[in-house]
Amino acid sequence: MSDFWRRFSRNRGAVVGLVILLLVFAIAIFADVLFPGSPWDMATAPFAPPGEDGMLLGSDSLGRNVAAGIAHGARISLMVGAVSTVAALSIGVTLGAIAGYLGGWMDDAVMRFTEFFQTIPSFIFAILLVAIFTPTIHSVVFAIAVVSWPPVARVVRAEFLSLRSREFVQAAEVLGKSRLAIVVTDILPNAMSPIVVLSSLMVASAILLESALSFLGLGDPNLMTWGFLIGSGRSVIRIAWWMSVFPGLAIFVTVLALNLVGEGLSDALNPRLARRRGTAA
Amino acid sequence: MELSRLPGFLLRRGVKAVIVILAIVVCNFFLIHAAPGDPASVIAGQSGAADERFLQQLRTQFGLDEPLYVQLWIYIKGVLTLDLGFSHRQQMPVWTLIAERLPATLLLTGAAFAFAVTAGVTLGTLAARRVGTWWDSVITVIALTFYATPLFWVGLMLVLFFSVWLEWLPSFGMATVGADIEGFAAVLDVGKHLLLPALTLGLFYLAVYARLTRATMLEVADQDFVKTARAKGVPENQVVRRHILRNALLPVITFAGIQAGQLIGGSILVETVFAWPGIGRLAFDALLARDYAVLLGVFFCTSVMVVGFNLVTDLLYAVVDPRVEVEG
Repeated sequence: MSDFWRRFSRNRGAVVGLVILLLVFAIAIFADVLFPGSPWDMATAPFAPPGEDGMLLGSDSLGRNVAAGIAHGARISLMVGAVSTVAALSIGVTLGAIAGYLGGWMDDAVMRFTEFFQTIPSFIFAILLVAIFTPTIHSVVFAIAVVSWPPVARVVRAEFLSLRSREFVQAAEVLGKSRLAIVVTDILPNAMSPIVVLSSLMVASAILLESALSFLGLGDPNLMTWGFLIGSGRSVIRIAWWMSVFPGLAIFVTVLALNLVGEGLSDALNPRLARRRGTAA
Repeated sequence: MELSRLPGFLLRRGVKAVIVILAIVVCNFFLIHAAPGDPASVIAGQSGAADERFLQQLRTQFGLDEPLYVQLWIYIKGVLTLDLGFSHRQQMPVWTLIAERLPATLLLTGAAFAFAVTAGVTLGTLAARRVGTWWDSVITVIALTFYATPLFWVGLMLVLFFSVWLEWLPSFGMATVGADIEGFAAVLDVGKHLLLPALTLGLFYLAVYARLTRATMLEVADQDFVKTARAKGVPENQVVRRHILRNALLPVITFAGIQAGQLIGGSILVETVFAWPGIGRLAFDALLARDYAVLLGVFFCTSVMVVGFNLVTDLLYAVVDPRVEVEG
């Protein structure tokens, strides 16, 4: 563990990313303490510029506090990012494991299926899914998961392909362990590193995807989100720039932090790869 | 690749493309059935009348009282003859609506793609040649930044900066409304309107291509044939251009194919921000009106475009790289 931390912290960007991420977490957790009451309630006169009327980041067209919206929106963004990533991982890991471990025609079938999902324009497909199943937090998470699993399936398949012929797996087979047990207890733990690295990047892209969906008006109408804030500020950008600028910065900082942490994780979990990259550069 | 093997290769890829397109049609069909309410009541609701007799008449007219597999067959036949359904809200066939908007989208995505590839490959090459210097770090930081910024927000910020504050460029539409201009002036006008949307859409992919070019150039630069070229005394500039860059561009081509779908998806956001009259804007309006026929039509057409583009990149790759394996 200390070894892991030492390698992770050698990447300065990753440490900065981790600090930012913890800060965003703190804001999300303490949103009710920092900004009590509903973020949908009117707090002051409409279009108060940042710094006036006690509005740190200004107010919107209905006099709502933009800062409160961002703090409460952090909950939804992080939650959607995390839940849809877990859902995408469960689809991707299952399919990738089946393809990589069983091989043969199963592998072929699963990979064709994966390629299909990689070919179709995923954002348009996500829009279609949310529109057809009506915009709720569930349909948004579902749509994001459905379009984000293919890279996981590919990575997991590649790992399983190389691991299944290794001695410890053969030993487990000879011992008469069931296939499911071998996959879960022997192969999967050894394939964890790339999955962990990939998932931090997936949370980042899920947050971007969610914000784009809510920007288009496909967010859950009962939940305050960053994309919704930007979408509602779009038509009044000439008089109230702060309504679109600050929520966008929140998305940018969070996604950047996640990407940086992802690079740090990659350095820490694949020390061989990091060293190789070092010599190549 | 030997040219004699090209037709077989093309045929295999063509068959694969057709299968993908058929799968999309089937997928569309089941999505229609997953939509809330049965299609007849959706149509009736959109045309503003909904008594039971009218519903029954619609069901017979569209074959909705037939078994599912018959309906699927009718639907596939329709799509193959470019009958993508009828938008009862706009009182126009979906295909007509899409065909009207297609040129604007092609112009936008084409311009963005050209910008992203040229600028991205240039920046990536510069970064790779100056690895470890501040120049390399600046390019890496730019790439990271655009990687993490929502596309629509970049668009809004460009509008804020160039249209609202500096008042240099128009912020919406494809041409100045009511301007009576022709010839070169009209082209210039469209160009001015195109600049910000194409920049917005292109910046993200610029970041992608810059990182990719940098990584593959570093990889190629280590290989033996590059050392051989240097040992022969080929000038450094030529080594970079002819030996390293040419080989490093192969993954860029592959990636362009993979990214085609995302480029078109991104154009929905960009067209929404800039009120660009393409199919993305059409999709957004259909979304607001819950006009599922148009949404499904847009999904189908963009998918076909992506499949077609993938076919082109496959072919390009096979022609450019003599080593490529053409089985499968």
